[in-house]
Amino acid sequence: MNLFNKVMVFSVGLTLVFTLVANLLPQVEGEAPVEKQVDIASLTMDDFVAMGESLFANKGTCTLCHKPPPLGRAPDIEGVDMVAVSVKRLADPRYQGGATDAAGYILESMVDPGNFVVAGWGKKGSNDTESPMPAIDKAPIQLSAMEMDAIIAWLQAKDGNEVTVSLPSPEAAAQVADASGAESGSAPMAAATAEEALTKYACTGCHSLDSNEALVGPGLLNVGGRMTPEQIRQSIVDPNAVLSEGFAAAMPTDFATKMTVSELELIVGRLAEKKQ
Amino acid sequence: MIDKNPGLSFWNRYKVSIWIFFLLMLTAGVIGASQGFSAEGSGVSERIAPIGRVHIAGQPFVEFEGASGESQEPELVAAPRPTRKDYPDIGVSSRALVWILAQMHLFFGALVLAVPLFVLVIELTGVITGDDRYDDMAHEFMKISLVGFSITAIIGGSLALALFALYPDLMAYLMHVFGAQWLVYAGLFFLESFFLYTYYYGWNAFRYGNKKWLHLTLGLMLNASGLTIMVLANSWATFMMAPSGVNEVGAVVGNIWEVMKGPLWNPINLHRFIANIAFGGAVVGAYAAFKFLSTRDPKLRAHYDWMGYTSNFIAILAFLPLPFAGYWLMAEIYAYSQQMGITAMGGILAWLFIVQAVLIGTILLAGNFYLWSGMSRTEGSVRYQWLIKYIAVVLVISFLIWVTPHTLILSAREMAAMGGSHHHILGPLGIMPAKNVAVNLMLVVTFLSFQIYRRSDKVATVSWAPAGNALMVAIYAVAIVNIIFAGVYYGYFTNTVYKVGSSVMQVASTLVVIIAGIVIDSLMFRNARTLPSHWGKISDRSQYALFALPIAFTWLMGLMGYVRSSVKTHWHVYTVMKDNSPENYIPTIGYAGNMITLVTLLFLVCVLFMFWVANLSSTRQSRPEELEGSVG
Repeated sequence: MNLFNKVMVFSVGLTLVFTLVANLLPQVEGEAPVEKQVDIASLTMDDFVAMGESLFANKGTCTLCHKPPPLGRAPDIEGVDMVAVSVKRLADPRYQGGATDAAGYILESMVDPGNFVVAGWGKKGSNDTESPMPAIDKAPIQLSAMEMDAIIAWLQAKDGNEVTVSLPSPEAAAQVADASGAESGSAPMAAATAEEALTKYACTGCHSLDSNEALVGPGLLNVGGRMTPEQIRQSIVDPNAVLSEGFAAAMPTDFATKMTVSELELIVGRLAEKKQ
Repeated sequence: MIDKNPGLSFWNRYKVSIWIFFLLMLTAGVIGASQGFSAEGSGVSERIAPIGRVHIAGQPFVEFEGASGESQEPELVAAPRPTRKDYPDIGVSSRALVWILAQMHLFFGALVLAVPLFVLVIELTGVITGDDRYDDMAHEFMKISLVGFSITAIIGGSLALALFALYPDLMAYLMHVFGAQWLVYAGLFFLESFFLYTYYYGWNAFRYGNKKWLHLTLGLMLNASGLTIMVLANSWATFMMAPSGVNEVGAVVGNIWEVMKGPLWNPINLHRFIANIAFGGAVVGAYAAFKFLSTRDPKLRAHYDWMGYTSNFIAILAFLPLPFAGYWLMAEIYAYSQQMGITAMGGILAWLFIVQAVLIGTILLAGNFYLWSGMSRTEGSVRYQWLIKYIAVVLVISFLIWVTPHTLILSAREMAAMGGSHHHILGPLGIMPAKNVAVNLMLVVTFLSFQIYRRSDKVATVSWAPAGNALMVAIYAVAIVNIIFAGVYYGYFTNTVYKVGSSVMQVASTLVVIIAGIVIDSLMFRNARTLPSHWGKISDRSQYALFALPIAFTWLMGLMGYVRSSVKTHWHVYTVMKDNSPENYIPTIGYAGNMITLVTLLFLVCVLFMFWVANLSSTRQSRPEELEGSVG
């Protein structure tokens, strides 16, 4: 065999050895997340809880970090009763968030993980004031409010606690179906500013933002002066809890499932600033 | 009048012209840059303003609707959201096509950026030592890589065409984000070409005296323009991985500097810079090995042996700090997005690090084998040869630990037979702490091979040589104990956070060995007695190590390209622009392996062509009559 052939046989042979090693390993494809349509008519709480468990392990990518000790890069969740843990954390003097119950705490820890950092799990050098966890209602994870509710339902149910979140409404399910990114390509896009969110949910169709003039609903010029951010939030997600005097219960009741948490907070933040 | 000193006369005649040319280039560059910077401000409006701003004296300006003259906030444009039908279907896999072209472009880009870097250093060494052999070797290195520049440009053009044709929305978005930076990039190509050709073709014209410094300056400028091209191109890749200067929907909110300077930009710049040098050294080493094997002429064998040794020296020396640059890059990836880091290191991509271990193991074994073989050149090497077997044992054991997988896909029966999903001995060796110990020990003993090779032809004459040796042995011993202790204690007896922290301690130990070794040896062997060394006296078998190196480097670069791109998962631009193409999933490691082999073989063919053309230029056909005469 002449030199050229020897060198070629050696080089190609070595290349093929590497190829062989690559082909001997387990072959796993990393699928892009495929959104699922929820059949609301037949959805039971058990289904909802199961959906939460699946979201926790798959689309939510929670198990990448939340593993049993000593493997995890974040506190264990599956191995502990999160409702009991949440109650303890709410009572912790370091807790500065706004949640009042376990479900609220879990939701808050998903959308604003920096609100309470479990001791020893903060970003390196931050002295547990900064969380390494991403907000999961934002890209790249982008869970919807309904999906986060499903995870809360699973976290409550897995240890035999009462599930306090509600099943999603048909409108919420339709929204998730419409937003199925993989097939239709129309990825759900949260509003980036308060103005976009107010337009998206057609708030100004019924409320005047720049005057106290009553349209279908009350004018919002001074809404920040007469209501706290908590009350504004409640009047959006549960508009019939407290009705303004002289107004009928005409406001849609499904914003809690339609809006992303960030959209809700953008609107609440903007309205709270409206003080005459 | 006869010019008695043609070289000097050339300089006298042309130096004014050359300096004028440089000044013109500089002036044009400054003017171009200043106009470029002012384009976003008032520069353009001032230039075209006179026509629109004519008005009657004493009267206000005429106002037109929509052009009041007041500055308006630029409209924020979100990243596009292409649907599946927005991706052209040309009947073959778009991703595969772009993959091949991008990887080939990267291979050749790396080669042609790296070669001038070490060529410049070798040329400078020639100037300092006054040894013409360095100059000739540097020139030969440039000759064999020259065609690579054209190949890089041709493949780069094809890649751009493929990207614009197959991923129009992504490219439109990137053009929007990076704006005029593309023009700077294109302009740098012209600049690089200018310096490349003047540097290469001016080699013999500017060989001695002041002209040599002019030549070195040309080489420096060639490297400066080449490296600037590299960091600009890196900014596109790192923007796609960790976008900066844009808001959460991808609208540009920062200036071009904020867009470029993402969290991963500098780690990638450093990593590619070092890796390119190692890769370039390995490729030209293969050339030297082939030339060595194809001749029986002792003089030529001595020359190509020396050339092969120098190439291997460059490749291994650049390779040793590479894992540390890799640590930094991964640390920044984790800091940017823990999810992205875990996808790479602990998710479905984790398996490819087994292949990476095989590749790096191949590189280290081949590099060490070549150094040990090279010790046969010197008579003084007998003093150190007893160490080789211990180095080999450490290398092989460490290599086996590194390739031990943590988790295997097992049947229930196999799992029951083994008593769990992890083997009770192999399981602990499959996790990162064991691998960190292994890789650091491999680097330490590779440096030891390197050090004893360098010492083989020298005898220290300084009085403190025994103390220096004792210090060196102590440093090795402490470092090895530290690497093992940090790996075992923090890796197995504390939680994950400390595991990561312990790797810094191990890396520091390895670096201390390398730096202390270089410092101690350079002081201890100053004015050392030199023992006879016989270039060309090396086994033919050793040359195959010089072929293994570029093959493993090329494959490794392809593999790392796969992981770098895959960590973005189903995003074109992570978190701001989704990939909705039919191939928006991470392919299997087997598929990736086949693709990498394909591009490696394509690269091999192109490199052979490059070497062949390089040799063609120095081949001269004999006149037919002379041939007939010699036959007769």
